[in-house]
Amino acid sequence: MTAISLPKPRPRTQPRTTHRTAFGKIVLNEARLTLRQPQGLIGGLAIPIVLLLVLNAIPAFRQPAADLKGLTPFGIYVPILVAFSLAMLALFNLPVPLASYRELGILRRLSTTPVPPSWLLAAQGVINVAVAAAATLILIVGGIALGAPAPKNPAGLVVTLVLTIAALFPIGLMVASVARSANTAGIIGRVVFFPLIFLAGLWWPRELMPAGLRVLSDASPLGAAVQALQDSMQGQFPPAVPLLVLAAYAAAFGYLAKRFFRWE
Amino acid sequence: MTTATADTISTAPRLDTKTRPAVEITHLRKTYGTLVAVDDLTFSVAEGEIFGILGPNGAGKTTTVECAIGLRPPDEGTIRLMGLDPQTQKDEVHQVVGVQLQSGALPPKLRVGEILDMYRSFYRDPADVGELADALGLEAKRDDYYRSLSGGQRQRLSVALALIGQPKIAVLDEMTTGLDPQARRDAWELIEQIRDSGVTIVLVTHFMEEAERLCNRVALIDNGKIVALDTPANLATRARGGKTVRFLPSTTFDERLLTELPEVTQVEYQGQHVIVTGAGELVNAVLLALAAAGVTARDVQLDSSNLEDAFVKLTGKHLSKEGRAS
Repeated sequence: MTAISLPKPRPRTQPRTTHRTAFGKIVLNEARLTLRQPQGLIGGLAIPIVLLLVLNAIPAFRQPAADLKGLTPFGIYVPILVAFSLAMLALFNLPVPLASYRELGILRRLSTTPVPPSWLLAAQGVINVAVAAAATLILIVGGIALGAPAPKNPAGLVVTLVLTIAALFPIGLMVASVARSANTAGIIGRVVFFPLIFLAGLWWPRELMPAGLRVLSDASPLGAAVQALQDSMQGQFPPAVPLLVLAAYAAAFGYLAKRFFRWE
Repeated sequence: MTTATADTISTAPRLDTKTRPAVEITHLRKTYGTLVAVDDLTFSVAEGEIFGILGPNGAGKTTTVECAIGLRPPDEGTIRLMGLDPQTQKDEVHQVVGVQLQSGALPPKLRVGEILDMYRSFYRDPADVGELADALGLEAKRDDYYRSLSGGQRQRLSVALALIGQPKIAVLDEMTTGLDPQARRDAWELIEQIRDSGVTIVLVTHFMEEAERLCNRVALIDNGKIVALDTPANLATRARGGKTVRFLPSTTFDERLLTELPEVTQVEYQGQHVIVTGAGELVNAVLLALAAAGVTARDVQLDSSNLEDAFVKLTGKHLSKEGRAS
């Protein structure tokens, strides 16, 4: 550093950079970080895919069962694994980086530039929606290849997925708000994740749950999501109740996240 | 420093009426609950100046900076940066003001070049990434992850991000805290380079030597108020109420030789050394009087008091330990 000399200010000859380029650059760097620190991808993508293969390897899971309305347990599990993936992305992959950006002062640094820190949040949203779409596609197509029935109501499926993401992502933002650090965000994410995925039927499919637990599951975001996904897979547009449950979570947590998200 | 001496700056501050000041803050007040963080702060920074904001932790330096760059709304007072209001013209202000905040890290697994390229895209009229990286000694590090950078390199990257929008004003908050002495001297050289490239600099620090070496003017802040605002040299002089010259006389002499001089206020002895306190052209007066009496002064030291002394005198407090380190 002995011979430093700063460049002379340049005349304004370059084309104006547009907001679109700036957002694109942020998304690009966030995508790089997601690939270089793939913990989020392991939970949101790799683990559900491995579970899909493991469950398919169990012979009994490939036999239609009377108490599952003639479906195979494997077929029942495809939507549960989709819910698993979406919840992992929403509760870990979204809040942990955001909490770490706040912890590292990156959000604060951004707020001194012409670009507001909310763009980083939006970029994280874009990345996680993209991974969620990829995971859902892989799980459903993989499920079909392994003998699960093809979804018979694609419109219902898409509506359910959109509402599920809309319900889960603000919950993840609340995790990022409550947590002081990235580590705490990871712990809180886990604490929220396990009861939700239990109610989604990961260990005990909803069809077999006792009535009381089933009611609780119906009222939980992942339980409602799995029910609506299940219905869409079987050919009917999901009934209003699970969709309204998801919409209610989306509205409530969307409001809370907007109100209480901490930028610093 | 430009060629102007400290004295010309203080008597004729470069606040030309034709050019508006780069930074103009009047009657700034900010409270958090019952805590008054900043109270009736008024100062302006001329274009091309290095202006220091100096004070202990909790004095209100960071609050002042946060209000100035639009991160917090002031309770009272007005703030103008290049004539722009950071509350109502935030986007414009952020285009012309580059900020290096205290302790701002970056994602460990992004490469230097990727970070620079992204921040560059935020600005209307950005600097060239290659030239800037080159100027800051980061050219060879462009493909390195942020986490692999040394403290000095991280700080230089942080400065690069503050400069990448080609700002008119750079706000540098505690930029040398935590650096080793060599990196700190490099940083000082860098700050002078930035000023020479035409950028007005607001330097927030609790590090005395830094303010004395770099700043045209310094605002000493304590308890949210400006306790003094002047050139570092004038503040130091004011603190001691004068200058001190210390010497070893070749032979004994009558004390009145010196006490009768108009420049001298006090003569003390420390072992064989004589310490004379006074004002004005003290050294010349003392040495001439001694020479006329046939006394040679050896080992002459001019003990100029420093900003630390000024601060202690004005506030009754010390700055941090680091501020006293050499």
